Amino acid sequence: MPTVLILGAGSDMAVAIAREFARNKYDIQLAARNVASLSPLEQDLRIRYRVTASSHAFDATDFTSHAAFYIALPKPPDVTIAVFGYLGSQEKGQSDWNEAARILHTNYTGAVSILNIVADEYAARGNGTIVGISSVAGERGRQSNYLYGSAKAGFTAYLSGLRNRLFHKGAHVLSVQPGFVYTRMTEHLKLPAPLTAQPQDVAKDVYKAVVAKKNVIYTKWFWRYIMLIIKSIPEGIFKKLKL
Amino acid sequence: MEKRLANWGNYPAISCDESSFSQEEQVQDFISTHSSVIARGNGRCYGDASLAQHSVSTLKYDKVLAFDTAKGIFECQSGITLDQILDIIVPQGWFLPVTPGTKFITVGGAVASDVHGKNHHVDGSFSGHIIDMDVITGNKETITCSADQHSDLFWATCGGMGLTGIITRVKFSLKKIGTAYIRQKQIKADNLEHLIRLFEEYKDYTYSMAWIDCLQKGDAFGRGILIVGEHATPEELNEQQRKSPLLLAAKRKLSVPFNLPSFALNTLTVKAFNWLYYLKNTKREINNVIPYEPFFYPLDAILHWNRGYGKAGFVQYQFVLPLEKKEGLVAILRKISDAGLGSFLAVLKVFGKQDSLISFPMEGYTLALDFPVRKGLFEFLDKLDEIVLQYGGRLYLSKDARMKQEVFWQSYPNAQKFAEIIKTYNGAKLFRSVQSDRLLLTE
Repeated sequence: MPTVLILGAGSDMAVAIAREFARNKYDIQLAARNVASLSPLEQDLRIRYRVTASSHAFDATDFTSHAAFYIALPKPPDVTIAVFGYLGSQEKGQSDWNEAARILHTNYTGAVSILNIVADEYAARGNGTIVGISSVAGERGRQSNYLYGSAKAGFTAYLSGLRNRLFHKGAHVLSVQPGFVYTRMTEHLKLPAPLTAQPQDVAKDVYKAVVAKKNVIYTKWFWRYIMLIIKSIPEGIFKKLKL
Repeated sequence: MEKRLANWGNYPAISCDESSFSQEEQVQDFISTHSSVIARGNGRCYGDASLAQHSVSTLKYDKVLAFDTAKGIFECQSGITLDQILDIIVPQGWFLPVTPGTKFITVGGAVASDVHGKNHHVDGSFSGHIIDMDVITGNKETITCSADQHSDLFWATCGGMGLTGIITRVKFSLKKIGTAYIRQKQIKADNLEHLIRLFEEYKDYTYSMAWIDCLQKGDAFGRGILIVGEHATPEELNEQQRKSPLLLAAKRKLSVPFNLPSFALNTLTVKAFNWLYYLKNTKREINNVIPYEPFFYPLDAILHWNRGYGKAGFVQYQFVLPLEKKEGLVAILRKISDAGLGSFLAVLKVFGKQDSLISFPMEGYTLALDFPVRKGLFEFLDKLDEIVLQYGGRLYLSKDARMKQEVFWQSYPNAQKFAEIIKTYNGAKLFRSVQSDRLLLTE
C-alpha cells in the first residue's frame, strides 16, 4: 500500500485529507508539534479504514530538526502533503515582530525547510508526489492579511519552481490554492456560504488531483476565476479598496 | 461568529454563536472563557434543547478510539454520528444496541437524550448499554462515570439534555448480527383496539412500531400498520443478498432542496398521504427481508425532509402514557382527529420497563406526532398536555420546544432529584440551554 505523510496533522483540513487518503487505502503518517494529540486520529484511521497509521513529532519552525525527523519515519512516504499553516493576527504582526516571524516561518520558511529535504529524497528516488496547501491569499496582497498572504505567495512560487525541478527527476508537485474553508482557523470569520468549502471538499479535490497528477488546483474550483478577476484590478484602483 | 440556528423542527430559531473543538484542551479553553454554554451535536433534537446563546459543536470531536471486534465493544469521542458508526461496525457483524429513527445523531446526543428505538420493550434505552463515559463538568474537570462509578452523574447525564456537562467520550456494547438485513412483517390493523391487540400478540419480536392514521373517525378510528422485525439470518437471505450478507449497496439519497410553502401540508394532503399509505399494503400481512436502512431509517432517505413543513417549522409532540391508561391514548387521538390537526406522521410504540432517573421512556404507550407551527397550535398542545398529565404521562424533552415548566415538574417524578444533581456538577449554571431556562432547571 502507498503511504502519505501529512505535515501539520492537527488541523481540520489535515483530518479530512488523512481520512480521504485512508479511505483510498493509503497508509498514513501523521506529523504535528503535539504528537500526543494525534493519538485519537491515529486510532480512528486504523479502525475506520483498516490501514496502518503512525504519529510523529514535527515542528515546522524547528528547522534543524527536519532532516532527523524525515529520516526517522518508518518508511519514506510516496506522497508528502504540507498542510500546516498559521493565519495569525495581521494587526498584531504589523508591529510585533514575534507574531510576524511566526506567520512567515510557519507558512513559508518552515515549509521550504522540510520540503527541500523531501524533494532531495524524491529526486534521488525518481518518484514521489509533494503537495503544498497554499492559499489564494498569496495571489494578491490585501491590507487585511498581507503577512499571511506574502508568506503563502512565497510558498506558491517555491512550489512552482520545485515542480519545474522535480519534473526532470520523475517526481511531481501539486499546488493547492484553497479559497475560504470552514475550519477552526476561520470559525470567528463571517464567510459567504456559496464561496466556502468544507474541509472534506478540499480533501476530495486534493486526492483527485494527486491521482490525476494535476499541477495547480483551486478549491472550490471557481476560485481560479475569482482570483483572475481580483488579480486583474489595476493597482491604482486596488490600493484604494478596503479588502 | 453570530448566526441563526435552529434544530430539526426549525422552531425555534435563535441568533447565537457556535464554536467547535477537535481537542479536549480546546473545549476546556472555551468553557473557561464563557459563562454559559450548551453542547450541540448534529442538531437533530427537534426543539430548543441544544440551543443557547453560546453553543459548542461536538461534530469535529468525532474520532473512533477503540473497537473490540471480538467482544463488540465500541469507544469513541462524542461527536461521531451513528451513520458513521454503522459504516464501521455492520461489515464486521455488529449493530447498534439501540437506535432512534434517524442515524444522523451523534453519540453524545444519543446519551443526552437517552434515545430509544423499536426494540425498547426488549433492550431498553441507550443508557442500558453504556459501559462508561467521560463528562466535563462545571468545575472543568473530566469525570469518568458509569452505573457503578459517579453513578449520580451517570444517571443525570443519560437523558439529562447536556445539563451536567459536556459528554466527551462514550464506551458502549454492540449487538451481534449475522446479516445487514431485517426480516420484516407488516400487519394492517382496522382500528386502535386491533392495533393494540397486535402489539400484544407480536411482543416477542425484537423490533416493533406502528404507523397510525390519526384522521380516521368511527369504526376505523386509529387504524394503522404494525411493523415488526428481526435481524435476518444468512439462511433467510435471497441469493443476491447472500453474496455479501453484511454489506448494503449504496443508495442515492433524495433531498428537499428548500422550505416548501407552509400550505403544502394541510389537512387534505395529510389525509391523502395517510390514505395512500394505508392502502398501499393491499394484503393484510406482508413478509419480506429488507436492508436495515429502510427498516430503521425510512425518513433518512429524504435529506432535509423537515423543510416540507415550511419556513415556520414544526414541532414534534411525543408523549408516553402508562400501560394501564390506554383510554388516555384514545382521548388524545380523538382530540386530534376532532380538531382536524392530523399529523403527517404518527408513530405508536409500546415501551417496556425502564430504570432511569430522568429518561423519557416508561412502561406504556408512546405516540409521536408532527404538527406544523401555526396559529392556535400551542394552545391546542397545552390542552393535550393536560390530558397527558391527567393520565400520568410525560413528554420527550428531545422533541419538546414549548412545554410549560409546570408540566415538566409535575410529569417527571425525579425532576427534583435531577435538579439537585445538576446543582452538584453544574452549580454555576455553566451548562444551560433555551430549554433548560424555559423549564426552570437553570433559571
